[in-house]
Amino acid sequence: MNVTKKDTLSGPGLTTGINLQEAIPVVALAGNPNTGKTTLFNRLTGMRQHTGNWTGKTVTRAEGDTQIGSRIYRVVDLPGTYTLSAATAEERIAREFICFGQPDVTLVVADATALERNLSLVLQAMEITPRIVLCVNLIDEAHRKGIAVDIAKLEARLGIPVAATSARSGAGVPELLAKVEAAYTGAIKPAPMQVRYSPNIEHAVAEIEPLIAAQIGQRYSSRWIALKLLEGDESITEALHAYVGPVNLPPLVRAREAMV
Amino acid sequence: MIPAESVRDETMTQIYTTAAAIADEVITRKQRPIIDWDERIDQIVTSRIWGFPIMLGLLGLVFWLTIAGANVPSAMLADLLFALQEYLTAAFQWIGAPDWLHGLLVLGIYRGAAWVVSVMLPPMAIFFPIFTLLEDLGYLPRVAFNLDSIFRRAGAHGKQALTMGMGLGCNAAAIVSTRIIESPRERLIAILTNSFVPCNGRYPTLITLAAIFMGGGVAAAYSSLVTSATVVGIVLVGFVTTLTVSWALSKTLLRGVPSHFTLELPPYRKPQVGRVIVRSLYDRTVVVLGRAVKTAAPAGAITWLLANLNVGDASLLAHTADFLDPFGAALGLDGMILMAFLLGLPANEIVLPILIMGYLSTGSMTELDSLDALKSLLVEQHGWTWLTALNLMLFSLLHYPCGTTLITIYKETKSLKWAVFSAVMPLAIAIGVTFVVAQIVRLLGLV
Amino acid sequence: MSKPEIAPLCDAPIGDLVEVVGLVGDRNARWRLMDLGLIAGTKVEVLRASPLGDPILYRFRGTTIALRRTDAAIVQVRRIAPAALTGSNSERGE
Repeated sequence: MNVTKKDTLSGPGLTTGINLQEAIPVVALAGNPNTGKTTLFNRLTGMRQHTGNWTGKTVTRAEGDTQIGSRIYRVVDLPGTYTLSAATAEERIAREFICFGQPDVTLVVADATALERNLSLVLQAMEITPRIVLCVNLIDEAHRKGIAVDIAKLEARLGIPVAATSARSGAGVPELLAKVEAAYTGAIKPAPMQVRYSPNIEHAVAEIEPLIAAQIGQRYSSRWIALKLLEGDESITEALHAYVGPVNLPPLVRAREAMV
Repeated sequence: MIPAESVRDETMTQIYTTAAAIADEVITRKQRPIIDWDERIDQIVTSRIWGFPIMLGLLGLVFWLTIAGANVPSAMLADLLFALQEYLTAAFQWIGAPDWLHGLLVLGIYRGAAWVVSVMLPPMAIFFPIFTLLEDLGYLPRVAFNLDSIFRRAGAHGKQALTMGMGLGCNAAAIVSTRIIESPRERLIAILTNSFVPCNGRYPTLITLAAIFMGGGVAAAYSSLVTSATVVGIVLVGFVTTLTVSWALSKTLLRGVPSHFTLELPPYRKPQVGRVIVRSLYDRTVVVLGRAVKTAAPAGAITWLLANLNVGDASLLAHTADFLDPFGAALGLDGMILMAFLLGLPANEIVLPILIMGYLSTGSMTELDSLDALKSLLVEQHGWTWLTALNLMLFSLLHYPCGTTLITIYKETKSLKWAVFSAVMPLAIAIGVTFVVAQIVRLLGLV
Repeated sequence: MSKPEIAPLCDAPIGDLVEVVGLVGDRNARWRLMDLGLIAGTKVEVLRASPLGDPILYRFRGTTIALRRTDAAIVQVRRIAPAALTGSNSERGE
């Protein structure tokens, strides 16, 4: 078995300098641009934030500390992206951090006035990690436009904790943080719904997934990695090599070819 | 075997379809008539008739606020810092420090840094908050939307309009802001041409000279109008140069096809004025200022040394200026002006003070109390004409970016080659343009 | 009634409401647009063009996005409603 266990969150583009032994819980902030994600980040971390670059890239990276209850959490503001595919450097950074950076909680921020579009990112993130909480932000703008979001129903439908906020005014933020904490401590166990694809694809995934899981263990979502490999996503292979270690891929390629 | 392409097509479609279905279930819209304000505003702001005039009007307004608003604080800050200098001088005398040490540290380093701060800080403290407010408001993507066509035809990207706008405040900050341009090729074009937009540090030079030579040449009633028109004209020259050089670059060194352009026009949001001011004061103003002072301080020291180390009967500064005179004259300038630009590499705002210092041989950076005194110094004692002033303004507009910007370019591109090019190319253009203008003006006997 | 013809999005008249039928062309270009939500079945409102004619502003899935003509050209659409009929509030913000 070729799994390389990493003790620190590091890897090209990922060096957070966080030593896992220190056990500061990490919350990753993801979401579309223009959702008020940055406003939320500023509200959480205030002046206790530090801006720099993701290693080797000219993409801004902001991280800071926030306190929920009696615990300090490290908040990492991921670049705002429309999807978690691998088209741009920002998207790669975001998806790789969520998958391989192993944040304790991934907090996805969505715009209540454009929920349909924002939900696609949420669904994609849910495929990568189950430790996820959704923040439906700009709820005041939605109200102004006559849009109402049934949070309870959304929670039930998605299977993950959801909270409505207006990061500008702070409304709903304490409830959001409570859910983040609950997700971290395990008081709430998110059970993200899975998007189901056509039988062809699901069949191929079922074949490849165990092969992947055998090599990389339970830490990372084998289903997600299997799907990306089936899509022909080259960056995932690179990422696997970088963060997990040498993964034996020929069996995977053969499994793909077996797809009808 | 299913081709990988169609797997991705299907997974994406399925995700979006699921997202849409869930959204449908949880969202309810009130049927009350909603006026779509965003749409209404955009209809005006991006319209054929009003779009451009509004942009130009806003630009003018921002300019005016920055310049007019910075005047008094700049003067006050200068008075304060130079008063402090007297205390420093007294302290140096009290401890019996040698003259040269006082000269180097106080008259050179401190004075250089003080100059940069008093010139740069007030306009930046006005410009950046306004710019950030416009950003927060959501107006800036509309500008990129309006102007993209022009930039696309120059082989560049519409968002370059925004980085240029940022460059009106500070070139170094603008270079960092080019990150909003995704395509590396177009980003590099935006970086390499950014210095053709005059930054805050160059306004005083442009305004002073325009006021003396252009505004001063007409009746008092029209003088400030002529001065403003001249400055706007210079900015337009910068704009045209940017487009031309972008076009040339995209046909030669940075060949490539126009990238895709997807720009979201977010809904307008009420900017949080308080937070914007605090954030932009810290992030953009103070940080940039810190870097500028770090580069200006050594410049002040070197300048003082050159101006006070005498070889034979004159200072090193005077000697080099004489040496460069013939070259300067060909450009419609003179040797001392070239020296001022050379020594002013670290920061644009010290070019004029160094020039005056050189002319007066005072040994330390100076300013003169009135425009009239300055005029008589330039015209009567050093033979300036309006050509000299014009070419100095053109040179200031087109020459290499300041030290801070060059360092930033290096950091952002991670390429020494491009950082050097970003200095050499504008310099070549500045020399070329001033040379041609000088020859034409003289040929036509206008001066 | 004749079947509504399929045309590239960049040719759709301002004010029309159209539905995406598919995307043609190089896969990176297609995926880039699909990433934004322009997949088959998406309803798109053609809002207006820039003062200089390009890019063009579209609204779909609750977002307003500008696309250059060359990018919009790869999206094949079918007209749903001509300009005169759009403008009802129920279409807004979809």
